[in-house]
Amino acid sequence: MFVVPPAARPGPLQPRETAAGGVAPAAAGSKMAAAAAGGWLRNCTKLKRNMPAYLAPWRASPCVFRSSKSELMPNLASDGVVCAPLQTFTEEETMLKNMVTKFAQERVAPLVQKMDENSKMEDSVIQGLFEQGLMSIALGEEYGGTGASFFSIILVVEELAKVDPAVALLCELQNTLTNKLFTTYGTEEQKRTYLPRVAKDTIGSFCLSEAGSGSDAFSLKTRAEKKGDYYIINGSKMWISLAEHAGIFFVMANTDPSLGYRGITCFIVDRDTEGLHVGKKEDKLGIRASSTCPVTFENVKVPETNILGQVGQGYKYAIGMLNTGRIGIAAQMLGLAQGCFDHTIPYTKERVQFGKSVFDFQGMQHQIAQVATQLEAARLLTYNAARLAETGRPFIKEASMAKYYTAEVATLTTSKCIEWMGGVGFTKNYPIEKYYRDCKIGTIYEGTSNIQLSTIAKSLAQEY
Amino acid sequence: MAGLRVLVGVKRVIDYAVKTQGVKHSLNPFCEIALEEGVRLRERGAAAEVVAVSVGTRVCQETLRTALALGADRGVLVEVGEGAAVGPREAAAALAGLAGRLRPHLVLLGKQAIDDDCNQTGQLLAAMLDWPQGTFASRVEPEGEWVRVQREVDGGLETLRLRLPAVLTADLRLNEPRYATLPNIMKAKKKPLEVVAASEFLGGGSPPAPPRLRVLKLEEPPPRGGGQRVDDVPALLERLRASGCI
Repeated sequence: MFVVPPAARPGPLQPRETAAGGVAPAAAGSKMAAAAAGGWLRNCTKLKRNMPAYLAPWRASPCVFRSSKSELMPNLASDGVVCAPLQTFTEEETMLKNMVTKFAQERVAPLVQKMDENSKMEDSVIQGLFEQGLMSIALGEEYGGTGASFFSIILVVEELAKVDPAVALLCELQNTLTNKLFTTYGTEEQKRTYLPRVAKDTIGSFCLSEAGSGSDAFSLKTRAEKKGDYYIINGSKMWISLAEHAGIFFVMANTDPSLGYRGITCFIVDRDTEGLHVGKKEDKLGIRASSTCPVTFENVKVPETNILGQVGQGYKYAIGMLNTGRIGIAAQMLGLAQGCFDHTIPYTKERVQFGKSVFDFQGMQHQIAQVATQLEAARLLTYNAARLAETGRPFIKEASMAKYYTAEVATLTTSKCIEWMGGVGFTKNYPIEKYYRDCKIGTIYEGTSNIQLSTIAKSLAQEY
Repeated sequence: MAGLRVLVGVKRVIDYAVKTQGVKHSLNPFCEIALEEGVRLRERGAAAEVVAVSVGTRVCQETLRTALALGADRGVLVEVGEGAAVGPREAAAALAGLAGRLRPHLVLLGKQAIDDDCNQTGQLLAAMLDWPQGTFASRVEPEGEWVRVQREVDGGLETLRLRLPAVLTADLRLNEPRYATLPNIMKAKKKPLEVVAASEFLGGGSPPAPPRLRVLKLEEPPPRGGGQRVDDVPALLERLRASGCI
């Protein structure tokens, strides 16, 4: 394990040239690093203008550039922004990871099977998450949070998902969606009202999808009519995660359908508002402990002051939040796959057939090695996307790649793990089949795999 | 008497749950229990300050940071050179020296470390300082200038009243340690961590004194053989005599 000196934060593998060219990205660490990186990038861009695009320098690790241009960037090495492996964590991140591993093993693991069977999250688990500060990881201390890094959220979600992906989802949505919506778009008043509550004991739930609008989210039909200084919301949402326990709902409703998606506005609605009704939860294949319910709005009266951000900007907020949320889901799928894998390999080493352990057969070893390699690749994609987002650089393409790839890897890993376990993998006595059921949602929610691929293609189109 | 200063020793040992992740180290579980007791004393108002101490190489700072995240107010590393042997005697001598400087009212240690299982440091320390000792503590109650300690001994439970300052060693059932909450983990980096050279307490001198303990052999216990059933006590005695045991 590396002990990273405070000045040297692990950074993403490749620094990014922005479309504007030559603009220095915000680098983690000192201004000198930013100036140095900016100077280096300006040189790169100059190079690009004089050469046809296809001959432009290949995006290599900056270590390569450092050796030939060291006279221009005196202290890049000591700033340490660029050369650490992706699995390098700060001391706090390591302590946090250890704490969550312990918490997940001791407080969550014994309840996983029960929560899955009953399709209900235990109150002690929800309380435990709040008590340990895991529902307000990146929130500022003034609101009751911890002020930890975005990467810390990813680590926490991954560790929780190794034990129960449904619990990881609760933690992920609260941190990357609920908290982030308030801190990014909330007024001071809204932040003061709601953030201490979500840090302490209130779960937030994001209501975008409807029966008629999933991937085509902006064709939503929920309507918000202005009446003086308040709005009346009518409509029904579907597939709303965490609705069973949520105390606050972010409702995306259209204030002016004639404007199309530019009428979509985000409203903050308390659970106990009259007319808001949470329907019966879905009986799902996987992540059953996490509730997914229809939520209906019948003449729900919401004051104007409860609009998050600006009227008609809701579509932008949704896209913006879902971009970082994607990395969180990638972390969930990653933990899921890793947790499943960690349960399976010890069994393959114990199980003896034809006089040797199942693991010792070359056919098995090759399959296991392939899956392990893809897991590692998924991990690096996720960590890199997280570090890019953290350092303020463009990350949409990488986030989509991470989410798409980890969901696919999770599906492959869990499927193979059941096979490697043989008959016992197929029974509910062993935890493997739950991972197999849980993984499928990864290719569907927070942007289906096809949507991710389209997003990646769009990014690529802009680059060339 | 509120305002006690409590010194807690924390040792960096190989994690008991170590599997395939390489050699992972963590805070000795009994030291964790001792630390939890110190923090609880402070939270009850019986203690004013909890200082975590570790005797070892630079890397023990991680253990101290964990102790800070678990509630200690500050940490002190008594740093030894690379490769120096730190057995119970060296640890006790370092702690005794530090106690002379910091003047704690109570020293809380784990009863033993899970790597060498020596169960000596607390006892040696008490002798060096000439302080009373309450080892294998399963309950600790400060009473003004005294401390009442319930000990788990072979015959059952023994309760002692010791005059402060005293050395106590924690047994398993003293308490259940807390998790380090995320806010405490973040606060830990702001708490002071001091590094002190061990040579100040261990009588300096180069070359350093040779270790007093030398490990001759380390082996697993032999696999358990089958037993024999006997019908009554005379048969048992006869069997014992025949095998030369009595």
